[in-house]
Amino acid sequence: MICEKCSQRPATVHVAEIINGQKQETHLCEICAKEIKIHGFGFFPQMNLNKFMAGLLNCEFNDSSSYNQTGTAGKICEKCGVSEEQFANKGLLGCGECYPYFEEKMIPLLRRIQGNTRHVGKFPERMGGRARLVKEIEIAKRQLKEAVGREEFELAAQLRDNIRQLEKTLEEEGEG
Amino acid sequence: MPINGKVSSANSRWMNSDGPDAGIVISSRIRVARNLAGVPFPHLLEPEKSMEVINEIKKALENKEASDLIGNLELTLLNDLSPLERQILVDKHLISPDLLNNFQAKAAAIRDDEAATVMINEEDHLRIQCLLSGLRLKEAWMIVNNIDDGLEKTLDYAFSEKLGYLTSCPTNTGTGLRASVMLHLTGLKIINQLGGVFNAISKLGLTVRGLYGEGTEALGDLFQISNQITLGQSEEEIINNLISITRQILAQEQEARQVLYRERREIVEDRVHRAYGILRCARILTMEETMRMLSDLRLGIGLKIISTVQDKLINELMVKIRPAFLIKTAGQDMSKRKLDTARADLIRKELENGINPAL
Repeated sequence: MICEKCSQRPATVHVAEIINGQKQETHLCEICAKEIKIHGFGFFPQMNLNKFMAGLLNCEFNDSSSYNQTGTAGKICEKCGVSEEQFANKGLLGCGECYPYFEEKMIPLLRRIQGNTRHVGKFPERMGGRARLVKEIEIAKRQLKEAVGREEFELAAQLRDNIRQLEKTLEEEGEG
Repeated sequence: MPINGKVSSANSRWMNSDGPDAGIVISSRIRVARNLAGVPFPHLLEPEKSMEVINEIKKALENKEASDLIGNLELTLLNDLSPLERQILVDKHLISPDLLNNFQAKAAAIRDDEAATVMINEEDHLRIQCLLSGLRLKEAWMIVNNIDDGLEKTLDYAFSEKLGYLTSCPTNTGTGLRASVMLHLTGLKIINQLGGVFNAISKLGLTVRGLYGEGTEALGDLFQISNQITLGQSEEEIINNLISITRQILAQEQEARQVLYRERREIVEDRVHRAYGILRCARILTMEETMRMLSDLRLGIGLKIISTVQDKLINELMVKIRPAFLIKTAGQDMSKRKLDTARADLIRKELENGINPAL
């Protein structure tokens, strides 16, 4: 593909804009894209990054041999109506419910871009400190099992003490 | 201060250069992404529904029981501002450039001291950010965390026990947290060591961006370094990681400057004074040249070659020399050449005013 602006260099930057539901695509070479960036809107839309991710996701879809067999092609989130295809094109999910709907594809994608699939940070306060403690204990117990499996007994002992401490806190909170 | 004050003054608290190591770590920023449960993400919302989201968040912001946590944030619809005013808020880093796309259905609530902003209907329903001078990520996180706690008293967030805060883009899922520092790395650039530093950073799960975030250029040797990963690490881990790496880069930059000054004293002094001279005398200054000269001048302040100008003025100038502020000050649209002349005029005047006679 050749750059739409200079018609000389190959187009390596692809910008997709959705205005009133109409998708507009522009294909530019790096030099022209840079020029637009400076003189046009002064910044580059985040779309760039999303495109990258869409590529990852597409590759996830295409690589998967079970793609057609499982019949998940074109799956649609019942809550917001966003399809897998739309997500793959835009790199944006439609709503919080999309996560469980597209879980099968989301988990490998998250593993790729985040290197992880388990949240260990803040919990909304109203979900309760208790829920958090229960989860921490659950994670620590899993780690303990793994440590024992690897015969790392020193680590296992530390984890065991940690679990005891957490369970004690949980008990105290329950009383309070 | 009402919004008028925020768009007519170039100064913002983060520019005061009063934070730790603010000579090189210009600012620290924390932002979290949050969404309302059961509501489609902003890019899918009709204008009417977007307004409902804004109103719901407005109520949460005004919740008296949470005012201790949230502080005084004044909500403004982006639609109620002129294009120039909107751009000035971006130039001051109070809102993100992305908030200007389809601005009709978006809003920003900016705290009185301009240290914190809640952006509504950017890529996510809520983007809570705090911007402080110097290396103060922990303090910024505390402020954001409090606002988040305050809002959450009445708002139901899209949250999953397994994946954490659910965001439009999976690159934010989990903590929804982006911590970043803006660094002035002119010494490392001069001694050709930036590539190595950036290479190392990227291996540690951090990214480097330009002055105005994603996809923007690194003008004036200013770079934003931020965490890339938001899932599987706690907020504290993410922030501590960035702090420790920032400290190392800071030490390397200081070292680079000292070496330069020791080994190439005349060259460094010439470079700084040359920049100062151009800024004080030139009649036409492009944005790029100005940022380059300001970078050299900032280096001169850091090395105590220049004592008549303070970092604070340089920070303010970075906003004042941008087209939006120049046009607003002039009260009329200007051609590029006119802008370059107006920029040179403004800098001459400001550097005259900035000179501290006591020094």
